[in-house]
This record gives sequence, C-alpha cells and structure tokens, in this order.
Amino acid sequence: MNATLVIEWVVKSLVIILVLTGGFAYTTLYERKVLARMQVRRGPNRAGPLGILQPVADGIKLIFKEELTPHNADKFIFTVAPVITVVPALVITAVVPWGREISLFGRTFTLYLSNVNVAVLYILSVTSISVYGITLAGWSSNNKYATLGGVRATAQMISYELALGCAYIGPILIVGSMSLVDIVEAQAGVWFIFLQPVAFLVYFLASLAEVNRAPFDMPEAEQELTAGYHTEYSGMKFALFFMAEYIKMIAVAMIGVSLFLGGYLGPGIDRFPILGPVYLFIKVAVWLFVIIWVRATLPRIRYDRLMALGWKVMFPLALLSVMITALVLLFVES
Amino acid sequence: MTIMQIIFLITASVTLFAALMVVSTRKMMHAAMWLILVLFGVTITFALLETRFFAIVQLVIYIGAIAILIIFAVMLTRRSMNADVPQVNRNWWLVMVSSLALFVGLVTVMSVWEGFFVTARTAPPGGENLVQLGTALVDPNGFVLPFEVASLVLLAAMVGAIYVAAERKEK
Amino acid sequence: MGIPVSYYLVLSAIMFVIGILGVLLRRNALVTFMSLEMMFNAANLIFVTFAAYYRVLTGQIFVFFVMTVAAAEVAVGLALMVAIFRTKHSIDLDQMSSLKG
Repeated sequence: MNATLVIEWVVKSLVIILVLTGGFAYTTLYERKVLARMQVRRGPNRAGPLGILQPVADGIKLIFKEELTPHNADKFIFTVAPVITVVPALVITAVVPWGREISLFGRTFTLYLSNVNVAVLYILSVTSISVYGITLAGWSSNNKYATLGGVRATAQMISYELALGCAYIGPILIVGSMSLVDIVEAQAGVWFIFLQPVAFLVYFLASLAEVNRAPFDMPEAEQELTAGYHTEYSGMKFALFFMAEYIKMIAVAMIGVSLFLGGYLGPGIDRFPILGPVYLFIKVAVWLFVIIWVRATLPRIRYDRLMALGWKVMFPLALLSVMITALVLLFVES
Repeated sequence: MTIMQIIFLITASVTLFAALMVVSTRKMMHAAMWLILVLFGVTITFALLETRFFAIVQLVIYIGAIAILIIFAVMLTRRSMNADVPQVNRNWWLVMVSSLALFVGLVTVMSVWEGFFVTARTAPPGGENLVQLGTALVDPNGFVLPFEVASLVLLAAMVGAIYVAAERKEK
Repeated sequence: MGIPVSYYLVLSAIMFVIGILGVLLRRNALVTFMSLEMMFNAANLIFVTFAAYYRVLTGQIFVFFVMTVAAAEVAVGLALMVAIFRTKHSIDLDQMSSLKG
C-alpha cells in the first residue's frame, strides 16, 4: 500500500462525492424543469440564465432557515438521523465502474474506486442500512405523523428489498461474478435488459419503492401524513433528507444502468476509453427522466395495495425470473 | 504496535463500550442504537480478518434485518416498562461472581492453547473462496442436510411468528 | 506485524461475558434479547477467526448456520414479545410468571 495509491483513492472518493452532491443539486432542477414542461409550464427561470442558479438559491435559503427541534424529541437521535440517511446514499456507488482504464499524466487510472468480488452484496447491504435514518427520524421526532411515516417507510423498504435482491440474481447468474466491472464487461454483446426483461422491470419498480419515489411515495404522502418522517425537520437537517433522496435516485439509476443497460459501454469505447463516463452520464440522465415521467403521470398507490404488490406480485415474479434463468443456463451448458 | 493493531484496539474498545451501554442503558431505543454499534464493530473486525463475505453478510443480516426487527419491537412496545422500577435482578451479586468466574475460565482455557499468542492469519487475499463455500452447502457429501434443515427452521419460524403476532378476531 | 489471535479471542470472550451479564441481570425482555444477539456475535467472531486461521470451510459454514438460527430466533422471539405486551402491557421478565396467557 504505497502513498500514490492512497492519494488516488482519496481523489477518486472526493470526485465521486462531489459529482453526487452536484448531481443532487441539478437533479432537483432537472426534475422541476421536466415536471413543468409536462404540465405546460416553464419551471424555475429567474435565478441565472434558464434558472441554472436555482439550486444554489435553494441551498442558501435552506442554510439560513431557522432550525427547530421539537421539545420532547430525543435530541441525539433527532440530530444524527439525517446524517445516517445521507452516508449510505453517498457510499453506495463506490463499487459502480465509470469506465475502463485511461492514461493521464503518464499514469494509468482505472475509472472505478474498487473492484471487489462482492460488489452486488455490498450494494444490498448498504441499501439495507439506509432504512435506519428514516426509521429513527420518524421515531425520534415524537410526533404521530412522523412515527407513522417512519414505520410505513421501513415496512415498505424491507418488503421491496427482497424483490430488489432477487432482481440482482439474474445478471449475476449469467455472468458468474458479483463484481460490477465483470457484469458491465459481459454486456459488450447484448445488454441484459434483453436477456432479463422481467428482472429489469422488477428492479425498476422496486428501486422506485426503495427510494420512496412516486407512485410509491407513501412515507411522505402529504394528504394523510403531512410530510411523513421529516415532518418536524427544517433547515439544513431537512436539506440532508432531501439530498439523500435525490442521491439515492442517482445511485439506483447508476446501479440499474450498470446491471441492465450496459453501464459505461457504448460505440467507440474501445478506441476512446474516456467516453465511458459520458455514456454512463447519458444513460443515467435517461433513467432519471423516466423516473420523473412516472412521477408526473401516475397517482399514488394506496398503502395496502403497495404491500400487496410487493409481496404478491413483484417478489414471486422475481423468484420466477431467477428460476427460469437458472434452468435456461443449466440447459444451455449441458 | 502496527497500524493494524491500533485500528483493532480502537474498534475493540468502541465495541466493548457499546456492549456495556447496551446492558446498562435504561432507554430501549438507545440500547438498540448501541447494539447496532456493537454489530458494526464486529463487522469491522471481520473486515480486518479479510473475510469480506462474512463482513457483508453480517451487515445484511444483523444490521439490516435483525436490528431493524428489534427497533420495530421497541417501537411497538413503547412504555413497556416503567423506568423507575429497578432494572436488575435481586441476585445481581451472584451474577457478577459467576460471570467473572466464567470469563477467567474462558481466558484460561484459551491461553493454554499453543496458538494463543501467534499472529492471526487472515483469509487469503481477495476474501474467502465463495465458490467452495457455495458448493459445500449444496454438496450431498458436504452440508446439504443442515442447509435444508435450516431452510425448514426458517419456514417454521416465519409461520410461527405470523401465527403468534397476528391479531385474532374475537369470536 | 499483524494482530495476535489472542486479541480476537479476548475481545470475543469479553463480549460474550457482557452478553451473559445482560441476560442474567436485566429484567427487560428486549434487553435480554439484544444481549443474546451479542453472545451470538461473540461466538461468530471466534468461528471466523479460527476459520481464517486454519483455512477450513467448516468454521465459515457454522457461522452461516448460526446466523440462520439467530434470524429465526429473533423473528419468533420478537413476535412472542409483542404478543405478551399486548395482553400484559409489560415486558418485565419478573412478571412473566404465569403459564396462562
């Protein structure tokens, strides 16, 4: 373990975090713009040309807002919960590759932070931790709506985690490796969305539920729960929850793209490896557009329907997909 | 003292402090939080042994599932116990003596073993051999019987938990 | 260079004893449960240490089964606890003295 390697890791981690936080800021703008266009409006257009300074303005506003802590709240957990929510969102993309090797300043860099052989398991484990922040936020607020929102969110996320986990198994079975680099490289011929359409569908829907996006945004249903688990949060603490939600959106898009849409692969990648991050960016942008499109189109599902969908439709479907994949692979091999 | 040893000692002291807090704190939710810290410490210890698979399985199963279930139980049994009543048994001195004796006994037995002060071997670089582990679990000459029994145990636990916790309609 | 085996073993032993203290001392059933989980973890730690030391598979497989059993135990135990709380409005172990629910 030499010094340059450590510096390389630190720089890569910083780049990932900066890209994710910057991506968060501009995903909010992207979402507002796209939603506005779908509703025949213009969206934010006052701060800067075409409104590109809007996220900065929002951030400044949130920083200077007064922070309230409810009188009977559990102070420590109340303060820690937003941080616990953000950290998993920031670290989850550490195993997603951005591209192949490139040469820069006379050195060869790999465009991924780490290529561990249990990458998919790592993603699953970080997903399972990300439930905590929301549960604890709901509980520590000492507020009925917040607690209900927290419990709903936890139940929803745990239920959909199963389907999500099964959706990962299809690509893993085909490639025979849990490393995301191997999985992306195996899609040079054909993307896994064509080999695993059911798993892709399950992944897409379950990931929407996992990041609490419409139409599965039950935990934050304004009409019945005011704002769900973050009812009592304001100022920077609220901004952290907001940030976690959008970073998780980007993260599930990145992971989904790597699993099913060929990740950083695209035409000309063999000649110009630097194109890898560009392709990844384009695909993630398209994925985010679809997520926003779904939000603009579909109404919220009732909570019991949501659980029934998770347990009675998605999970059996994902299991069936895994079984068929395994059988076909066995048949092809023999 | 190498860097690894210092990392280990910090992890161990945090883990043990958290373990003590689990046992001694009065607020249930805080006890659950300290428990999560203990589980996290064990995860780091697994990582120090280079057993990446078990570190991550520990994270998924213990922190991601079991601790969440415990937090749910804490939320469902709010104000379950008056914090003013004594939290410990009457025979606490007996417990202290016997557990101290147990600890001394454990360490004595272990320190007799000749490998006690030897440097621990970590798993081979790159983590455990997952293919070997997976094959052993479904190999008829390996552990396929315990594996199947474990799945039965899980099924029985699931059915039992639903039966016990389900609210029955009054007849 | 590395870390002596004794560190892992003593860490595990202390954790196990703290777990026992929790089980025997506390009257709250949930804390007892958490202490049980700590004892499971202490045992797992020793298994993993020795599995890595001797480079054998059996230790790892045992950890696998301990985790399975722990998961099953938590599911049933917590369901029981919630059911008891519903009828008695307390999870004080000292008050769980009657066999009739």
